[in-house]
Amino acid sequence: MMASEMASNNFPWLTLAIFVPIVFGLLVLALGRDDRPGLTRGLSLIGALAGFVVTIPLYTGFDNTTAAMQFVEKASWIEAFNVNYHLGIDGISMWFVLLTAFITIIVVLAGWEVITSRVSQYMAAFLILSGLMVGVFAALDGLLFYTFFEATLIPMYIIVGVWGGPNRVYAAFKFFLYTLMGSLLTLVAFIYLWNVSGGSFDILTWQQTKLGYTPQLLIFIALLAAFAVKVPMWPVHTWLPDAHVEAPTGGSVVLAAIMLKLGAYGFLRFSLPIAPDASHSLAGLMITLSLIAVIYIGLVAIVQDDMKKLVAYSSVAHMGFVTLGFFIFNTAGVEGAIVQMISHGFVSGAMFLCIGVLYDRMHSRRIADYGGVINVMPRFVTFFVLFSMANSGLPATSGFVGEFMVIMGAVEHNFWIGLLAATALILGASYSLWMVKRVAFGDIANDHVRELADLNRREFFILGVMAIAVLYMGIYPKPFTDVMHVSVEALLQHVAVSKL
Amino acid sequence: MESNINFALALPEILLLVLGLAILIIDVLSRHPERKTTFMLTLASLAALTVVSLVQWHDGVQGRTFDGLYVTDPLAHLLKIASYIAVGATLVYGRLYAQVRNMLRGGELYVLTLFALLGQMVMISSGSLLSIYLGLELMSLALYALIALRRDDAVATEAAMKYFVLGALASGFLLYGMSMVYGATGHLDLQQVAQVVQSGNTQQMALVFGVVFLVAGLAFKLGAAPFHMWVPDVYQGSPTAVTLILGAAPKLAAFAITLRLLVDGLHGLAADWQPMLMILAVLSLAIGNLTAIVQSNFKRMLAYSTISHTGFVLLGLLSGVVEGKPGAASMAYGSALFYMLTYVLTTLASFGIIMLLSRQGFECEHIDDLKGLNRRSPWRAAIVLLLMFSLAGIPPLVGFYAKLAVLQALVEAGHVTLAVVAVLFSLVGAFYYLRVVKVVYFDEPVAETEPVSTPCCQRGVLSINGALILILGVLPGGLMALCVQAIQSSLGQ
Repeated sequence: MMASEMASNNFPWLTLAIFVPIVFGLLVLALGRDDRPGLTRGLSLIGALAGFVVTIPLYTGFDNTTAAMQFVEKASWIEAFNVNYHLGIDGISMWFVLLTAFITIIVVLAGWEVITSRVSQYMAAFLILSGLMVGVFAALDGLLFYTFFEATLIPMYIIVGVWGGPNRVYAAFKFFLYTLMGSLLTLVAFIYLWNVSGGSFDILTWQQTKLGYTPQLLIFIALLAAFAVKVPMWPVHTWLPDAHVEAPTGGSVVLAAIMLKLGAYGFLRFSLPIAPDASHSLAGLMITLSLIAVIYIGLVAIVQDDMKKLVAYSSVAHMGFVTLGFFIFNTAGVEGAIVQMISHGFVSGAMFLCIGVLYDRMHSRRIADYGGVINVMPRFVTFFVLFSMANSGLPATSGFVGEFMVIMGAVEHNFWIGLLAATALILGASYSLWMVKRVAFGDIANDHVRELADLNRREFFILGVMAIAVLYMGIYPKPFTDVMHVSVEALLQHVAVSKL
Repeated sequence: MESNINFALALPEILLLVLGLAILIIDVLSRHPERKTTFMLTLASLAALTVVSLVQWHDGVQGRTFDGLYVTDPLAHLLKIASYIAVGATLVYGRLYAQVRNMLRGGELYVLTLFALLGQMVMISSGSLLSIYLGLELMSLALYALIALRRDDAVATEAAMKYFVLGALASGFLLYGMSMVYGATGHLDLQQVAQVVQSGNTQQMALVFGVVFLVAGLAFKLGAAPFHMWVPDVYQGSPTAVTLILGAAPKLAAFAITLRLLVDGLHGLAADWQPMLMILAVLSLAIGNLTAIVQSNFKRMLAYSTISHTGFVLLGLLSGVVEGKPGAASMAYGSALFYMLTYVLTTLASFGIIMLLSRQGFECEHIDDLKGLNRRSPWRAAIVLLLMFSLAGIPPLVGFYAKLAVLQALVEAGHVTLAVVAVLFSLVGAFYYLRVVKVVYFDEPVAETEPVSTPCCQRGVLSINGALILILGVLPGGLMALCVQAIQSSLGQ
């Protein structure tokens, strides 16, 4: 405890991590002019970099030896309801703060010269979104969490609807209403928790509040409505392919890399510790839904003829691994799930960036329109193959670590569940590699492909950074697991104790 | 009970009456076609009233006067100040709109608005059935005339007619209810009515009948379903400036008399009026939200959205009286008050933007008229975005915290099912608000709809109004505490 207090010095790094990107976003909105996009882009990049820099002390100053919240900030926010501006991170949330800030840099760079209309609004939306998502991971007050969680819908709705593809309006509405439906029920659950916990919105207090079985069950289901939609779990995943396909590249990257994690994170922070008994009794259902996502959605991914849709379905399948890991209640499972969340952030983000590179040149996402890309874009295909391998869980890439840990945990829990989960490796290889084969290899399919130009320096840089991250995490995952180990153990101990 | 007469307590009303009459005379002498003097004097009067009420509030002026006809308490101060601001903003937004539509040939717009405001203030400060009715009629008569101000406009005349007939009917209901309450209790003074009801020495039958009529009359005035029929027609048909005059500040007054009648006067009959409010609230949420979906007229859509928001306010009002939880009352009524105040704030900006985008011969009243607004004016588009997400109840905008407060009161009172119903209907509501954002942001602008340049004070007020929606959303604590305090010190529970 002493060490943690020393480590988490009083400087409000988390507030900075939230508000630096938001303030820069507002600045970009105020100063950016569409006839001078250079200024806008420069300012946005500075904002994204500054947003990342202020998260670095969270890593360097982090104390691995405690499960207590670190970098805690607390101030009264709405006194009438005892709502606090209460921030803090532990080993579970720390990496997501960094990941969010990092992905924001990538997204700003990815939209650099691709986005030509309303540049300042585009960049500002992503910067504000970044700050809000950091807020979700850092919030220790239920209402603060909800505020950030819901507020992310506004910029994402605009991003999909304004810069998206032909069917963007439908996708934006579906995304918004689907997610809102889930989270409104969560709001009622939060208010109920406020009521039974004696008028507190403090998440840590909620985790200690005694609850009967029926209330736990209802709370679990209400929370499930929000988080399952966000993850997304089968059968409420149907908004995701639409949103992914229609969103601009940056939007898909943020959706896949961060926004899906908001839901999974919610399970860890709310569902499991607040309703442990309900979590245990519904674990069978959750595992079943997860396995359906892994296997059925994996099969669905194979038959897609649209690259973005394929990766979108593969995201659902990968997130199935994450929820599977949570609900087998052992260290390997939960840690593997968290590693998988981080890894999926890099890998799926990179996949969408690759598809974006192709789309910017050909304005088609259909696999059938491509073929033999390697002949004209060798550097691109190098990256594309690497990320596809990672997507299918090849050892030495980040994709392997998480899946392997979850499968280990699942076998420990029940051999057959482990076996079923392991089929994901085969399915992942099938859809990823088959797509690569059809897009990249073979003879040049048509004249459009013949005219493709290889990566420019900006694209090479973005994909290169992502490749380093994927490989680093695959070869040496220890820094990631070390940070979360104590927190995960504490969580599992907490969940093992009945609240009845 | 004080029987002495203390004029100081009614200072704002007396001042407004004097100023209103003075402005009427000055206006007759004015030859300026745009009535600039009248406009400036009206705004100055409102500013003066704001100062008076603020000073009174600050000095803790509180009490009953004129034999209990008239009450001054923190709740009255708060609602009055909100009404001044609402009326002031309305007049600023509506100035150019009214000017190009020949509504300023005489200064009636301003003088009638001031008299309507006077009626509202009497309602807000009423301590007896009689003053409630007097205030209500003073306000309504001024509003009937205002709607019909464009004599040559058939739609507006029709709206005025509808409002008049249905308004008179509602007043009749209210009056009938009052007469029954008077007959059963023998008192007009709400405090004494409350005492008699508490004692139980009444004809319960007559009293309950009275309550039914009172609630029906109030529902008419608040625009709650199934007494909502006039709302869409009147909102759509009135000139937008007048729509705002009757859609903003009068809501506060209607809220005040609801609170004074049901909570102050008939607290003992809560078991009777609570279920009625429940039905009204759920119906309002359902009809308001579902019907708003199919509207293509922006003003009409906002009218239906008003009905649904009224449902939320009623939900707050009905969760105040809980067995064994005396503390729940101030939170519940405070939440309803907060909801009303922030809703009025949002309504002001919504109709303000409609007027800002309208010009001579062109009413920006169809949702499609907003197409591609983001291309034409990103700033106005941003304000529409804030307004719509606030009405939909998305954090961090103020509409969310208003809903939250009401939901919290509901759960506290044990109405979890009602909370879930309310939440589901706000999901339905989100759809049509989102559609407006879609039109503004996603659609391409229609050609030749360049907005006219508007006076900078109008734009300035609108910007402040829009910014407040965000600022109050990020920092709702202060206003919320203020509402709860005002209720606490006024209801004395």
